[in-house]
Amino acid sequence: MGSASSMLTQYDIEEVQEHFTQQEIVSLYKRFCQLDRNAKGFISADEFLSRLLKMVDGLNFKDFVAFLSAFSSKASTPQKIEIIFKIYDSDGDGKVVFNDIIEVLRDMTGSFMSDEQREEVLNQLLNEAGYSRESPLLKNDFIKIFDYEGLRMEMEVPID
Amino acid sequence: MSKLNTSSPELDLDHPNIEDYLPSGSIQEPIGKLRLRDLLDISPTLTEAAGAIVDDSFTRCFKSNPPEPWNWNIYLFPLWCLGVVFRYGILFPLRVIVLTIGWIIFLLCYFPVHFLLKGHDKLRKKLERGLVEVLCSFFVASWTGVVKYHGPRPSMRPKQVFVANHTSMIDFIVLEQMTAFAVIMQKHPGWVGLLQSTILDSLGCIWFNRSEAKDREIVARKLREHVNGPDNNPLLIFPEGTCVNNNYTVMFKKGSFELGCTVCPIAIKYNKIFVDAFWNSRKQSFTTHLLQLMTSWAVVCDVWYLEPQNLKSGETPIEFAERVRDIISVRAGVKKVPWDGYLKYSRPSPKHREGKQQSFADWVLRRLEER
Repeated sequence: MGSASSMLTQYDIEEVQEHFTQQEIVSLYKRFCQLDRNAKGFISADEFLSRLLKMVDGLNFKDFVAFLSAFSSKASTPQKIEIIFKIYDSDGDGKVVFNDIIEVLRDMTGSFMSDEQREEVLNQLLNEAGYSRESPLLKNDFIKIFDYEGLRMEMEVPID
Repeated sequence: MSKLNTSSPELDLDHPNIEDYLPSGSIQEPIGKLRLRDLLDISPTLTEAAGAIVDDSFTRCFKSNPPEPWNWNIYLFPLWCLGVVFRYGILFPLRVIVLTIGWIIFLLCYFPVHFLLKGHDKLRKKLERGLVEVLCSFFVASWTGVVKYHGPRPSMRPKQVFVANHTSMIDFIVLEQMTAFAVIMQKHPGWVGLLQSTILDSLGCIWFNRSEAKDREIVARKLREHVNGPDNNPLLIFPEGTCVNNNYTVMFKKGSFELGCTVCPIAIKYNKIFVDAFWNSRKQSFTTHLLQLMTSWAVVCDVWYLEPQNLKSGETPIEFAERVRDIISVRAGVKKVPWDGYLKYSRPSPKHREGKQQSFADWVLRRLEER
């Protein structure tokens, strides 16, 4: 993609500009075009990369940038929490059920915890926090759970 | 992720122990008892994944930036043609002559000194050093090299090692012109290898072989021995382990920082206006690279000898390496690729992933028991 930046106009950039600088958006556009072609190139991607890619797959550039805005240092905590919620909510119905969390926990702990242990820990912690394993968690619940300073989720967009 | 051809010898890095570079702070040390949010917080992992989508910083460092063509309009094009004629027709032959003269002088002096003074080692070494410095000056002259040195000249002392950022093999020549360093290098084939085994050997250079597994320990031992010997030439190491395109620095390997001696940083920056000194060893052989330099206008660079650093108390060798890399990058005006650029490039092995899973699982279980 030789001169990708020449295909972007100032108007395009302003349309998607939320938390990123102009240079960062130009970089993201280059990446976006590459990803479009080699999404299959992430063969040995780990589970979280796969999840993120699935969420990004098929998005147009504007939505792509909006999605990645959550990872900018200027993003608000609710924005970041929303992304985390979306990762857990694999079927996208706005509800995170017990098994959704177990799925993610499985990816995080692999073979170093048994399913029983995972369920036990999760159950215990849910109960302590005032939730139960039967009722699903909603986005607002996530906001309450994560409501603390220090949720760090920032990546840097490289500018050439 | 743009696929990177790993078949080249330069990038066939002896995969640094990635485990050594795992961020120790990836799981925050828990304060208080285990809470629901600790279990659900996947932000570090997500950030890494997002970074992988957006960043292929590792490959950026090895791209040769093609020079901006400035000769495309009707006025500049003829000028450029004239320039080409001048460079190839006049400068190049002149330079070849200069280089040949330099080699002749060197060889005529070196071999007599080397053989006749076998008994008088100290004098012999001193003369050989001087001769190598002179030869390097001829090399530099053959590219019309303009090198500005800043800072105090290195002194010959034991227990010190010099580190510099690496752009091309000519880094060595540029530095050697001023001080006869001993280097640690990969053994190359061809005429370079011949040079290595004869002349450079007498400087006290250390060779390594990437493909030999046990080599690491042998080299580490040789390094230590060299550094402790009072008569040895100061040792120069390029901790990046490979040539980088002079706009970035990549992670410094920690080997040179755990020798228990002072580290003297050297920063080298080439002026791109005249020529791009980056040796992209995947694209060209060293000979081609040299020829390219000899047909450019000039090689202009700055060399800064920076303040010697020691391992601070409580600092790990890796942190020390990063600190020195910082000093060099700031002075040379190059960007630092985040140290985990290697991780992103080599897409963490299953072992790395399992390592993270295990530490997370252990952490959760441990907190659970403590309640």
